[in-house]
Amino acid sequence: MLTIADLRGNPKQRRKERGMRVVFQGAALLTIVVSLLILFVLVRGAITFLNEIDWDINPLSDTGWFPRRSRFDLRTIVVGSLVMGAVSMLVAVPFGLGTAIYLSEYAPPKVRAVVKPVIEVLAGVPSVIIGYFVLRVIAPDIVGRLFDPENERNMLAAGLGIGILVIPIMASVSEDALRSVPGSLREASYGIGARKVTTVVKVVLPAAVSGLVAASIIAVSRAIGETMVATMAGGFDGSGPYSGLSPTESGLTMTAAMTNAVGGTDQSVGGAPFQVLFFVGLLLFLVTMMLNVIGARFVARVRQQY
Amino acid sequence: MSLLTTPAGAGATAAESVRAALQRRERDVAGWAMLLTLLLTSFLTLAILTALLVQVVGESGPFLAERRFDFVTRPIGSDPDKMGIWSGLYGTIVIGVIVLLVAIPMGIAAAIYLEEYARPTNPLTKVILINIRNLAGVPAVIYGVLGFIIFTQWLDPITQGKTALAAGLTMAVLVLPIVVITSMEAIRAVPSGLRDAGFGLGASRWEVTRDHVLPYAAPGILTGTMLSIARALGEAAPLIIVGAITGLLPRTSLTGEFTAVPILIYQWSGRPKPTGSEYSFTQSAAAAGLVLLVIVLIFNAGAIYLRNRFERVRIGG
Repeated sequence: MLTIADLRGNPKQRRKERGMRVVFQGAALLTIVVSLLILFVLVRGAITFLNEIDWDINPLSDTGWFPRRSRFDLRTIVVGSLVMGAVSMLVAVPFGLGTAIYLSEYAPPKVRAVVKPVIEVLAGVPSVIIGYFVLRVIAPDIVGRLFDPENERNMLAAGLGIGILVIPIMASVSEDALRSVPGSLREASYGIGARKVTTVVKVVLPAAVSGLVAASIIAVSRAIGETMVATMAGGFDGSGPYSGLSPTESGLTMTAAMTNAVGGTDQSVGGAPFQVLFFVGLLLFLVTMMLNVIGARFVARVRQQY
Repeated sequence: MSLLTTPAGAGATAAESVRAALQRRERDVAGWAMLLTLLLTSFLTLAILTALLVQVVGESGPFLAERRFDFVTRPIGSDPDKMGIWSGLYGTIVIGVIVLLVAIPMGIAAAIYLEEYARPTNPLTKVILINIRNLAGVPAVIYGVLGFIIFTQWLDPITQGKTALAAGLTMAVLVLPIVVITSMEAIRAVPSGLRDAGFGLGASRWEVTRDHVLPYAAPGILTGTMLSIARALGEAAPLIIVGAITGLLPRTSLTGEFTAVPILIYQWSGRPKPTGSEYSFTQSAAAAGLVLLVIVLIFNAGAIYLRNRFERVRIGG
């Protein structure tokens, strides 16, 4: 006769089952530990930094970013990040979105089968190689020719490079959004006599708008978090009350300020010039996190609709 | 010739005008403009990639033609005519191996838990899922800060400070969320009928996972694995924070000072040409870039190929 004990399986099998479950659960919980450690490390370092700086001289809002002279004007690096981020969006949004619309709405399957992998290859190009490309081509041959050849490493050059870097993410998230618009909407539009261009502009794009907004937000988040191109080509200038809004000036991003805190002689100096690494890291973490959460909301909205 | 139109005549006129309207070739200016713009943006995107490749290959070509494998096997130094990238390549290989040994098993295990074991309605499961999405969006440089504290300070007895081992572990943490997300997608694509058949025969959940789910999901998981390793090999920012060496590196070892190919490109790209040497640092940077591109693109292209191939096979039944 069949008993409950038979259905449960043998004890060895059940012990193993329980063991494996614990292993897998442990691995999943480890990701939470990683997040908590990131937060802990950044907050602890940021508090140490705030305790070490001399508060009498308005160190966080006065006369530029000169860590060794205890000048940590946050506006300098925030403006630097924003200007380079804005320039990069001027590149990434039109090129990324244009490529996405073409691939999703116009491209014949054969063209798509070639172009899409190529975009994915572009996504895989390491950021240092884009940085090299900016230093060797974009800065001297484009930015230097058009503007001041003496000052070719500036926020415009770095922004263009970061833009190239985020084109693929912009293109792929936008394309996903466009392709998730149901075909019936397009057919309904054609059915009442609309042309292709009318269908794309008045039906498909509005239907996918939250996905496209999500793509832009995620791209901005990537651009602000991008380190190598900003460090290599941004010009590394933290002077002034804060570097101007003009992209043709040199500038310093939050990420470049972080690599700066570690590199060179600052590390051996220690103290605030090094500890600022954690403070800026925390700021960057919170900004990108906020952008990612907003982006995820928009993506979720697309999923709900269709 | 009558002035009165007969019903038949009116019908013929109407048919004529409708036919004319349907056959008239109106110029769809907006449509053409749109298509042209889209083609132009797509073309320029491809052109940027081409220009990048041309620049890297063009600048490194004559240099590599003379140096050949010598460039790969010699250590870094201060003379572009003599130095190579071996010191960096060693660090890059160590990072790749550590990611393969640490991040891949852990990521797959976490994905198995989230797809096969966890209840989707459980609040803890939801927190883990949201958390993994967020981790995937954290900038790489912040993982460098994490690695600097955890692996070079707290775990100093194991890693011996700023070493290749610490760098590899940092990169393993960096790619962990990507491994989890891609593995979850691969596991989710496994038809539930396979699992039900296993359970029906009395197999435990682990047995079903091991013998049915994982083999079926293997190509997808492998795709994610290759993408993650490519990402880890190309990143430079976390390595700067963890403390990669930028000057001379006489000896390479797992628990000694380290550097990596991306760090060399970062260092050499902006350095002026030393007087008296035949080649410049930028040529070395381009050559190192070419080596890194070849490595990373092999992984990426392999992943894309695998994915496309298996998508087709599975859809075709």
